[in-house]
Amino acid sequence: MDHIGGAALRNFKYFSPTTLGEAIRLMADQGISTKILAGGTDILVQLRSDRFQVDRLIDVKNIPEMNELSYSTTDGLLLGAAVPCYKIYEHNDVREMYSGVVDAAFIIGGIQIQGRATIGGNLCNASPSADAIPSLVVLSAICLIEGPNGRRELAVEEFCTGPGKNALAPGEILVALRFPPTVASSGAHYLRFIPRNEMDIAVAGVGAWVSLDEKTHRVKQARIALSAVGPTPIFAKEASEILSGLDPNEESFELAAQAAQKAASPIDDMRGTVRQRVHLVGVLTKRALRKAVNRAKES
Amino acid sequence: MSEKVHIETNINGSQVEFLCEPRQSLLEVLRDVLDMTGTKEGCNDGNCGACTVIVDDRIIDSCLMLAVESQGKKITTIEGVAYTDRLHPLQQAFLENAALQCGICTPGFIVAAKSLLDREPDADEGRIRQWLAGNLCRCTGYDKIVRAVLAAKETMKNE
Repeated sequence: MDHIGGAALRNFKYFSPTTLGEAIRLMADQGISTKILAGGTDILVQLRSDRFQVDRLIDVKNIPEMNELSYSTTDGLLLGAAVPCYKIYEHNDVREMYSGVVDAAFIIGGIQIQGRATIGGNLCNASPSADAIPSLVVLSAICLIEGPNGRRELAVEEFCTGPGKNALAPGEILVALRFPPTVASSGAHYLRFIPRNEMDIAVAGVGAWVSLDEKTHRVKQARIALSAVGPTPIFAKEASEILSGLDPNEESFELAAQAAQKAASPIDDMRGTVRQRVHLVGVLTKRALRKAVNRAKES
Repeated sequence: MSEKVHIETNINGSQVEFLCEPRQSLLEVLRDVLDMTGTKEGCNDGNCGACTVIVDDRIIDSCLMLAVESQGKKITTIEGVAYTDRLHPLQQAFLENAALQCGICTPGFIVAAKSLLDREPDADEGRIRQWLAGNLCRCTGYDKIVRAVLAAKETMKNE
C-alpha cells in the first residue's frame, strides 16, 4: 500500500522466544543488529522513520519473567519489562501502593498505546521526556538486567546515559524493575505540562515521593525527579534532600521547587523555551509535592 | 525478500490463516492481504487511531503491531461490529447524529467506542472523551462524535 505516513518497514527476522535464556542467546550472535520488541510503540515508529535498521527483532512478550507483575510486603513490586501500561493501572496493589507509576502509565499515549506500550520500553527508549522515568526514580526502582555475562542490578537513575541512550551493554536485556515495599505514610505523584489535555509529549514533567514521620508529620525523606528538562530524566538530589525534617508546607515546597529549578538544564525547542521550562519545573514541583503529601497522609 | 511466516488467528469470530513478512504491520495485512479495508490508515505512526482494532479485548493501533504478533490472538475489526441483521447501535448513532464527514476516522472511533461501552456501559462524557483521545478527527470537532457515543450508550442499555 502507499503510505501516507512513515514508509513501510524494511525486512528483518522475527523471533518470539519463550525463555529468557533463548532471548539472551539470540541477542549474543555477533555481527547481527538485534533489537527487542515489547509494545512496539517506539521501535516500530523508529524503524519506519529509517533512524536505524535491524536484522532481527526479538519479541519478549512470551517470556514469563518479563511479564511478571506481583507485589509482596517483603519483596515489594516486581514489574516485568514487557508488561503493558493498562495492566499496571488495572492492578489493585499497584494502584493502591505505587500511584506514581499509575499516574505515568495513565498518561502515556492514548488508550490504544497503553494497550501495548510498556514501562520497561519507556525506560529503555531513554527519551528525555519519558513520562514513566521520574516515577521510577522517585520510587527507587532497581533495573534487573540479564545478559551473556549474567545478571546485574542498576538503580534507575543511572540507567539513562543520554537522549535515546541507556546503560545496557551489547547483548543485555532489561528483564524487570523491582520497587522496594512501600513504607507507611508515604505517597508519590507524577505530572507534566502539555499544551493539550491528552496525547502529547511533556514540555516538562516532575515526579515526587515523600515519606512522613508518623509522630511529627514532618518529612522524613523525599525524592524528586524531572523530565524533558535535560538530556536524560534528572534525579534532583538537592531538592530532594532539602525537604528532610521540614514541615510539608508551602514554604518547604517553595525551597524544593527552587532547588529543582537549579537541577534543570533544559533547551529551547519546538515544545518550549528554557525560560518556560524552568518556570514549569517550579510550578510542577510544588504541585507534585502537594499531591504526594496528601497521598502520604491518606495512606 | 525474507521468508514469509504462516500465521493463524481469529478475526471477527472466524479462524483465519495467512502468510506475511515479519515487517508487515497488522494493518497492512488486514487491508492488503485479507482485503479487509474497513480499517483505515491515517498517520501510520500511532498518533491518529484510524487503524484501531481490538486484540484480545484491548484496543490497539494496528499500524503499531506486526502481523506476526497476531498468532493465536482474537481480533475484532470494524467489519465485525455490525449485527447480522442490522447496524450496531454505535453505527446507527453515528449516522443519526451526523458524527462523520470524510469518514476516514470513523471505523477507528466506532471500534474504540465499542470497546469502551462493552466494558463500561455507564461511561460519562468525560470518560468517553478521555477514552477517545487516541482517535483524531479533523472534520467534526468531536462534539457530534461524543453525542453519538452518548446516544448509543442509551440504546445499548435498553437492548
